[in-house]
Amino acid sequence: MKTASISRRYTGTAIFLHWTLGLFLVGTFGMGLYMADLPFSPWRLKLYNWHKWGGITILLLSALRLVWRVTHRPPALPQAVSLAMPGWQLQAYHATHVAMYSLFFIVPLVGWAYSSAAGFPIVLFGAIALPDFVAASKPVAEWIKPWHEASAFALAGLVLLHVAAALKHHWIDKDGLLERMKPALR
Amino acid sequence: MSFGFKSTRAVKLLLLVALIGTAAQAQQLLLPAQSEIAFVSKQMGVPVEGRFKKFDAQVSFDPAKPANGKITLAIDINSITLGAPEPDAELPKAVWFNVARFPQATFQSSSIKNLGGGKLEVVGKLAIKGQTQDATIPVMLTQNGTTTNASGVLTIKRLAYKIGENEWADTSMVADDVQVRFKLALSGVAKL
Repeated sequence: MKTASISRRYTGTAIFLHWTLGLFLVGTFGMGLYMADLPFSPWRLKLYNWHKWGGITILLLSALRLVWRVTHRPPALPQAVSLAMPGWQLQAYHATHVAMYSLFFIVPLVGWAYSSAAGFPIVLFGAIALPDFVAASKPVAEWIKPWHEASAFALAGLVLLHVAAALKHHWIDKDGLLERMKPALR
Repeated sequence: MSFGFKSTRAVKLLLLVALIGTAAQAQQLLLPAQSEIAFVSKQMGVPVEGRFKKFDAQVSFDPAKPANGKITLAIDINSITLGAPEPDAELPKAVWFNVARFPQATFQSSSIKNLGGGKLEVVGKLAIKGQTQDATIPVMLTQNGTTTNASGVLTIKRLAYKIGENEWADTSMVADDVQVRFKLALSGVAKL
């Protein structure tokens, strides 16, 4: 049953994109938390730019992931797992994924809008000038800022929930669900 | 011979005398509301625009005899703004402009050359933060009614003027090149 065992795992590309995005999410969120209260310094300026580059990378990775997901359907939950889950858990599982995917786009886009409104256009990796889809305006920037923060915290909360659920499957249910997303070490 | 003060002070005094001298013979007036001095610096590739809100110029210029013209410009460094309170609070500090010691930047022309077609080449000394450098400034003259606009773009090296010292001297963070854009609106200039 070789084909069955392959179809239960995510594709190598999906696994790679998943973990890469995870790293970027944690790194970019962590920088965002840390940099906001720093005094004016080159270090702060660096972090702000890295944070923005990280956010745009998350946006690009998420677009890639979405295209990959649509063209390569992810494996369905193993029957043993889906039968063991109560209805609300299945609904929460789907809702969390839809919400996370939405926020992968919303958080960076709102951050991009905030940067533009604040009068600091994003120059990706210091080389590629991105367009401003919001005109520079201080009141608009002040209005956008809390939304970037709130949506980022919402995403962080969902990521924690996602990780907690995965660990519950691994350590409490011991159903081997994590195997589907484990990087293949070749 | 000693006058009992440092040479920099003597230079300043001479500059002041020169300023007064120029003011006496100036016939042209700067129109501050219609003038602007702005600049763009790059921070990690990101263009950041700023401007000086207060400056004054003593101009004596006759389009018929441009070579006899003279301009002295004084910029109030404290009027600098990037349009955001955070950097605005930093720029007067010693590592940037040291406004406490050097409240003014000045430009003093030494020669004006007519390049034709309303274009001038103004050569002189640009002094910022106590550092004086030669500067050659391309100027474009246009007239609109009684107003004459002298405008142009000049790229200066910020490190030559010690703008951004120590940790801020790193040009991978803040580029050395700063583009300065100016438009000086003048009244009383004869027809071109």
